[in-house]
Amino acid sequence: MDARTLAPPIAAADIETVVGAPMSYWRTVAWRLRQDPTTIVAGVLLLLIALAAILAPLIAPHDPSAGSIRLRLAPLGTSSHPLGTDEQGRDMLTRLLWGGRMTLLAGLTPVLVGFLFGTVLGVLAGFVGGHTNTLIMRTMDVFYAFPAVLLAIAISGSLGPGLWNTLISLSIVFVPRVVRVAESATVQVKSLEFVAAARASGSGVWPIMRHHLLPNVLGPVLVFSSTQVSLSIILAAGLSFLGLGVTPPAAEWGLMLNTLRGSIYVNAWVPALPGVAIFLTSMAFNLLSDGLRDAMEIRM
Amino acid sequence: MSAPLLSVRGLRKHFPIRSGLLLRTHAWVRAVDDVSFSVAPEETLGVVGESGCGKSTLARLILRLLEPDAGAVTFLGEDLRSAGRARLKRLRRDMQLVFQDPHASLNPRMTIEDAVAFGLTVHGTARREARARAWRLLERVGLDPRLYGRRYPHELSGGQRQRVNIARALVLDPKLLVLDEPVSGLDKSVQAQVLNLLQELKAERALTCVFISHDLNVIEYVSGRVLVMYLGQVVETGSVDALAESPKHPYTQALFASAPTMDPSRRLERPPITGDPPNPVNPPSGCRFRTRCAYAMPRCAEAVPPPILLASDHAVACYLYDGEAALAPV
Ligand SMILES: Nc1ncnc2c1ncn2[C@@H]1O[C@H](COP(=O)(O)OP(=O)(O)OP(=O)(O)O)[C@@H](O)[C@H]1O
Ligand SMILES: [Mg+2]
Repeated sequence: MDARTLAPPIAAADIETVVGAPMSYWRTVAWRLRQDPTTIVAGVLLLLIALAAILAPLIAPHDPSAGSIRLRLAPLGTSSHPLGTDEQGRDMLTRLLWGGRMTLLAGLTPVLVGFLFGTVLGVLAGFVGGHTNTLIMRTMDVFYAFPAVLLAIAISGSLGPGLWNTLISLSIVFVPRVVRVAESATVQVKSLEFVAAARASGSGVWPIMRHHLLPNVLGPVLVFSSTQVSLSIILAAGLSFLGLGVTPPAAEWGLMLNTLRGSIYVNAWVPALPGVAIFLTSMAFNLLSDGLRDAMEIRM
Repeated sequence: MSAPLLSVRGLRKHFPIRSGLLLRTHAWVRAVDDVSFSVAPEETLGVVGESGCGKSTLARLILRLLEPDAGAVTFLGEDLRSAGRARLKRLRRDMQLVFQDPHASLNPRMTIEDAVAFGLTVHGTARREARARAWRLLERVGLDPRLYGRRYPHELSGGQRQRVNIARALVLDPKLLVLDEPVSGLDKSVQAQVLNLLQELKAERALTCVFISHDLNVIEYVSGRVLVMYLGQVVETGSVDALAESPKHPYTQALFASAPTMDPSRRLERPPITGDPPNPVNPPSGCRFRTRCAYAMPRCAEAVPPPILLASDHAVACYLYDGEAALAPV
């Protein structure tokens, strides 16, 4: 009937062999991520984009701000300008590489800030509850009441253009969103019986946080945050496009899209390139977050 | 009777119902209201009552997972309320709880060997030693740790999960085990296996148990003495035989009459209780059962009937037995 009657008694050696190789939840997740081809493709693509952006100063063939009046809006495939040139005759490949630095920075930083601050505030609100919860959550509601785009434009508009102000305004957009996810996950997990069981074992607050609460809260929060990266990239590009973000002559994909839009009738392909870059990057992030969600899934 | 291992006096817990921006309390759920009983060493006390009558709340109060509004829990002669943080942590090793819901009671992101070993590591046992002891206990509850130790709860059946819960509760070698409907979520055949396992463990480890259930058959199988709860209050306590043969409180009578039984001599010619239990937010005045009781009298509405001792270990809280034990409503 029982496995116990069928199996030989456990030798101390058995325990030893397995003790050496603990397989934590996070290792299981990493293993599952590696099994999913879509995730691997998206991951490799992102890695290449990130590498290209980081190495831009080394690998870019030209100076990003040096243009040539004679060579404006050169088509794709021009010799020494494989991706053509923009409306001021600057090399597109160079500017896309440099622009990726800016766009990724402006897209990732606010989500990272949102993830860190949002998780801390949300877990605090959910775990402590009571008036602390009311205070934090009602404050967040004030920001959450506005659509993301409107809020980003409003804050950037009042702070003025510039990279720092873009980062600040987008962070303010993302913190409340992460707080809400973290808070509701914390409240839900905190009420589950395994947390009470841990308390009944005599465990203090920190072991419960570390082993029981965070592994169950970080999952949803991490997945949610990763879906926000593509939104953040698009918002950052959008702010530049509106003239509220990075200022010319710096290269940034949204800004490039903006300054090139008048040239679309002269040469349709070159102005589309920054859009393609934004599209590919945000899609790769979306696919990656889908993969992450599946890998962290627990069938309950 | 020897000195009780656990003694509960006048325990009360009312939950506030809060709402609005300022979280004002506008009503109270009287989940547990003035409950007293004691449990002798190695005894099993069954606690039976309808859903929502406060059984789980009582379990959490006993283990001080909830702070009572009033009353005292005395465990091993020590008042739990006055135990400081360090002392409470030490006492927790001796009192453990098996939870009701086999799904929510295990961390979905923790392997079962880690779940069982967690209690030991909390008390400072080295990881390796804790894991070895978890393995031994998993094996004892019928789960081969080499097969199951590294699995996550979702990979286990309900019965297996409840075995893990039992192992987790026993890993600290407690003296008292509170079991909150440990088999309610399981199939009948699995129920029997888990109940037998519990009986074996109880004998092996000389455990004292408080066994909570709404299923009278289960209660009769495991317990020596039974406590019947209705809407947060104790209506009758007695040995399982006394209650089964001659239940006194109209609620106990109805409970035993409505329980499916194989024993024809036990089939009482009495209607089972009708209607739903009243809302614990605004329970009836006086005796809480009076709204569904066939014998309700005017005085039942006036005050809560005090427990009346009918025999040395048989008490009932009902005015029908006021003064003496003679007038049974048969
Ligand atoms: N934390 C809480 N806050 C507010 N009300 C609560 C809380 N916990 C329990 N209650 C209420 O207290 C009453 C008793 O609940 P409890 O869980 O103790 O009942 P139970 O007898 O265990 O029921 P079941 O058989 O369904 O498990 C219920 O009305 C419930 O809604
Ligand atoms: Mg319950």
